[in-house]
Amino acid sequence: MTMIESCNCIEPQWPADELLMKYQYISDFFIALAYFSIPLELIYFVKKSAVFPYRWVLVQFGAFIVLCGATHLINLWTFTMHSRTVAIVMTTAKVLTAVVSCATALMLVHIIPDLLSVKTREMFLKNKAAELDREMGLIRTQEETGRHVRMLTHEIRSTLDRHTILKTTLVELGRTLALEECALWMPTRTGLELQLSYTLRQHNPVGYTVPIHLPVINQVFSSNRAVKISPNCPVARIRPLAGKYMPGEVVAVRVPLLHLSNFQINDWPELSTKRYALMVLMLPSDSARQWHVHELELVEVVADQVAVALSHAAILEESMRARDLLMEQNVALDLARREAETAIRARNDFLAVMNHEMRTPMHAIIALSSLLQETELTPEQRLMVETILKSSNLLATLINDVLDLSRLEDGSLQLDIGTFNLHSVFKEVLNLIKPVASVKKLSVTLNLAQDLPVYAVGDEKRLMQTMLNVVGNAVKFSKEGSISIIAFVAKSESLRDSRAPDFFPMPSDNHFYLRVQVKDSGSGINPQEIPKLFTKFSQSQSSATRNSGGSGLGLAICKRFVNLMEGQIWLESDGLAKGCTATFIVKLGIPERSNESKLPFTPKVPVNHGQTNFSGLKVLVMDDNGVSRMVTKGLLEHLGCDVSTVSSSEECLHVVSHEHQVVFLDVCMPGMDGFELAVTIREKFAKRHEKPLIVALTGNTDKVTKENCMRVGINGVILKPISVDKMRSILSELLEHRVLYEAL
Amino acid sequence: MEVGQMQRRLIEYTKSLFMEGILDDQFLQLQQLQDESNPDFVVEVVSLFFQDAERLLNDITSALDQQSVDFPKVDAHVHQLKGSSASVGAQRVKNGCIAFRNFCEEQNVDGSLRCLQQIKQEYYHVKNKLEALFRLEQQIVAAGGSVPMMELSF
Repeated sequence: MTMIESCNCIEPQWPADELLMKYQYISDFFIALAYFSIPLELIYFVKKSAVFPYRWVLVQFGAFIVLCGATHLINLWTFTMHSRTVAIVMTTAKVLTAVVSCATALMLVHIIPDLLSVKTREMFLKNKAAELDREMGLIRTQEETGRHVRMLTHEIRSTLDRHTILKTTLVELGRTLALEECALWMPTRTGLELQLSYTLRQHNPVGYTVPIHLPVINQVFSSNRAVKISPNCPVARIRPLAGKYMPGEVVAVRVPLLHLSNFQINDWPELSTKRYALMVLMLPSDSARQWHVHELELVEVVADQVAVALSHAAILEESMRARDLLMEQNVALDLARREAETAIRARNDFLAVMNHEMRTPMHAIIALSSLLQETELTPEQRLMVETILKSSNLLATLINDVLDLSRLEDGSLQLDIGTFNLHSVFKEVLNLIKPVASVKKLSVTLNLAQDLPVYAVGDEKRLMQTMLNVVGNAVKFSKEGSISIIAFVAKSESLRDSRAPDFFPMPSDNHFYLRVQVKDSGSGINPQEIPKLFTKFSQSQSSATRNSGGSGLGLAICKRFVNLMEGQIWLESDGLAKGCTATFIVKLGIPERSNESKLPFTPKVPVNHGQTNFSGLKVLVMDDNGVSRMVTKGLLEHLGCDVSTVSSSEECLHVVSHEHQVVFLDVCMPGMDGFELAVTIREKFAKRHEKPLIVALTGNTDKVTKENCMRVGINGVILKPISVDKMRSILSELLEHRVLYEAL
Repeated sequence: MEVGQMQRRLIEYTKSLFMEGILDDQFLQLQQLQDESNPDFVVEVVSLFFQDAERLLNDITSALDQQSVDFPKVDAHVHQLKGSSASVGAQRVKNGCIAFRNFCEEQNVDGSLRCLQQIKQEYYHVKNKLEALFRLEQQIVAAGGSVPMMELSF
């Protein structure tokens, strides 16, 4: 047995070098250590972090590292003699390590690109974030600007006072944009210069002016944007230059000044004749600041807002001025109206009194003179009496005319409309005028058209008056020749006359227009005088007409009557001595078929609705005047009433009972208050169905009486003296409606 | 004179009274109230008026004669007279009363006296006329005719 069998130990290849061995040994040891601690660290930190997508890779890596460590660790035993087991373990370890590391290497091929792309995306996102940040910054700035603008606008628009608006603008702009100076140049009245009107820092701008046609100004005015201008141009040199300083940038913008005349509804001001003001804004000198775009935009917006605010202020000023003017005019008009009313009242009073005063003696004169005429007189005396009569008749007519005219003028005259025979009116006029005409040897012809209605509705008396006046004038002013009267129904073509251009008559079913033409061959009228004819009291200058007499009122009255009848009247003449044609058109109604034909000169019977016989109606009459009482009693008895009479208030209260349905009280007795009596009677009969109707009889026509009656609850007022028919209709209306207030 | 002629004369006479303004519409109203049940209505009323008027005129005259004239009292009388005359249609008397009242308001004694004179004149005038009218009517009735009704419009 040889002992030289080969042992199972493995020997290292070369002889051991002690130092080297040692170092290798130590290094291996540390490597192993490191290799073992790296996966631990990895695990620790990965566990700490929430996100790590590649755990599998980590496991692989871990395995790889651990195996490497194991390999190195086992290597530690291979420096000395080691057994085969160790070698086998070492080999196993190395094999495993090889496998795992190859696997890992292969895996990394997939993984590393992924990891790289992650990185790229991260970079991309970071860039995006930075960009968004920038934009946010921008938006914030803009929003800030917007806020400033709103605040500025609010400040500017919160006032309607021009100065405040402009001052506020400058102040706020100065504050928002941190300006050194801000100024406003307004155009002067002449429009040729710009005057420094408002500044921010200087409180009393001296009136610098600058001609408006400078190129820089034109440049600013021609654009609606804020324009950078040189700090050296005249509009920017407002403050004393402080020598060594670098002036800040200057911007100017136009502010349109809108005037009221610029506001056309459909045409917003794009006119060239606009006026602008100039706003100049200066950044602080010696700062590196420059005008940013958003600041310029701010300035433009503000300039527009200022323009709007100024125009509002201008409108307000205008309307205030207009209102003040109107108020003044109102006051003046009111005063004028009151004066006019006073004058009219005074005149009416005067006329009323004078009229009465004048008529009374007139009557005496006329009556007595006519009586005198019928007595025995010598021819001379007769002549004198006739002259007296003629003159007094003339005077009476004049008085009537004057009264009529004044009543016509203040509108208190109303037409008495009724149905009448039109043809007979003409015939009557003809009859009245024929005697006078035949004395002057004038022939008068009347021509009535075939289609002229026989009956018409209108004011017969005044129509006749008008015709008489016109025809009378024709006769008066003709010394010889003929007078022709033509009357016909006017058709619409002929209604429009060039001489009456304002007249647009509209015939309808119920009305027709009567046209009357009176032609004479007399002295004619000078065409220049025609307009004056219808003026009151004016006489034509020619002596021929002046001697013919006449007050000059006739035509004026006719004109007013004709106007009341919604018509027109005019005269034409070819000249002096060539005759004259007077024409008038009036509106008349067409009577309905059911109306009976009425002959003239019969009293009109009023239409009464309701009862005509009040038999059994118990009434009480109170009047202190015996005659009056008797008449009223007779009246009521005639109508069938059962009348009791009393002559004093006490008696009345005594006698009145619930059986009396109507009580007539005379309320204009002096010393006895009819109104109080009415109140007492009402109080006596509290319940409604028992209360008698109270009617006041009065001779007073004024409104005060009427108001007093209404106030105490009187059911009706009647004006004394009263006719049978009136009483009849009043009673029926009263019993029907339980109230009656006739127009006094 | 036969009835027809008398009737015509009556009408003419009445017409003239209206034309001259001595009587007005109210008188016609009175005439209308006269019928079979009340045949003498007009005469009664007018007689009453005459009595009333004379009494009032006397009162007014004596009131104006006083040393210190009591104008309100005079005014009251005149008011009465005005009412009466208006009720019968004595137009001129009524107008005179209206004028009189103005003087009373002014407390004008002279004016009042003059006015009174005038009213008295008017009154006697209308009294004569009406009495003549009634005589005519009586004559007609006595002759067997009937009194014609007036139909006038102004």
